Amino acid sequence: MKCRVCRQPAVIDVRRHNANFCEEHFVRLCRDQVVKAIEAFEMLSPGDRVLVAVSGGKDSLALWDILLALGYEVDGLYLGLGIGDYSEGSGHHAREFAAARGLRLLEVDLRSEHGFGIPDGSRAANRPPCSACGLSKRHLFDRAAREGDYDALATGHNLDDEAAVLFGNVLRWEGEYLARQMPVLPAGNGFPRKVKPLVRLGERETAAYCVLRGIDYQVEECPMAAGNRHLGYKAALNAVEAQSPGTRHAFYFGFLDRAADLFRSQMAEVDQGLGTCATCGSPANGEVCAFCRLVDRATGDRGPTHDAAVGRVPVRLESRRDDGVPG
Amino acid sequence: MRVELRNPSRMLEIAGPLSVVALLRRLDIDRETVLVISDGTLVPGDARLEADAEVEIRPVISGGAS
Repeated sequence: MKCRVCRQPAVIDVRRHNANFCEEHFVRLCRDQVVKAIEAFEMLSPGDRVLVAVSGGKDSLALWDILLALGYEVDGLYLGLGIGDYSEGSGHHAREFAAARGLRLLEVDLRSEHGFGIPDGSRAANRPPCSACGLSKRHLFDRAAREGDYDALATGHNLDDEAAVLFGNVLRWEGEYLARQMPVLPAGNGFPRKVKPLVRLGERETAAYCVLRGIDYQVEECPMAAGNRHLGYKAALNAVEAQSPGTRHAFYFGFLDRAADLFRSQMAEVDQGLGTCATCGSPANGEVCAFCRLVDRATGDRGPTHDAAVGRVPVRLESRRDDGVPG
Repeated sequence: MRVELRNPSRMLEIAGPLSVVALLRRLDIDRETVLVISDGTLVPGDARLEADAEVEIRPVISGGAS
């Protein structure tokens, strides 16, 4: 196989583009796709201070690397979820990436700062682990971005993630979630601007980008995610994509072009009902935000254990609306 | 060739040489869900994997969701 651009030997084939690329031109393709997404959806402006939510996985580390290459001022935020060896590994990869490049990585530890980890907390709160995890991430990432006065919070959601979430929301006609499923959510009501610059890249592409850039990421999958609905939706879309490359892209971007506006009014209704959490001061749908309710149920009011690891940068955090997208 | 699979991590011995596409077909793996890495380098579908190659088949699908 030859690179479509330079005719040198290719290292990867991208079926939905019906093209092969050498290392240099694949890396350029990935960065160009991110530029295209940022410009098309007006995600970021030159000089913006950006906080990237970093899991130690391929998407968030690729995103951090690409935004830096594009000239943005970018810090990372890692959230320790308390999921045993998996969290140890993911934290290691995030720290290694930051240290090797002299980057600033903020850290928040769920157990030491809020008194629970995802496995035990979700059990105690009688909530699915992925649900408790997503809620915690949204709340703590938003809070860090707001309190750090960042211009935007960037997450590593890729095309496969967004198409799978869209598929699930369409299957249930979740109008409120469909209204929020945009590549950019503007700042307001106490929330930071939230952007998803990887929406034009599939996860095979972000993984390949990391391999070619020498980024050592967490390959092991979260043990709590095994068998969840989101993976089922991805498998279904992968089966369609295998028969008809490009369908996933057409599904997601077709929604944005032709259907997303139909749901926009439902977002406005929810935003109008937002108040302030009596416990933490974050945006809330009721008297207390969903995250503070989760903390209460997960800890039985036990509170944090204050055993944070030495040497991490503590961040004081806040809350977020439950918009049903992957954390 | 020695083939490493992930999630969970395990090793297989497969007779070679084989193309990447043939190897994935033999293991019944969808090419779009993995990267194939041989001797530390990303290899495309038509690449020939020698009998003594060290190969990693790395899944790319991550599944965290709320």
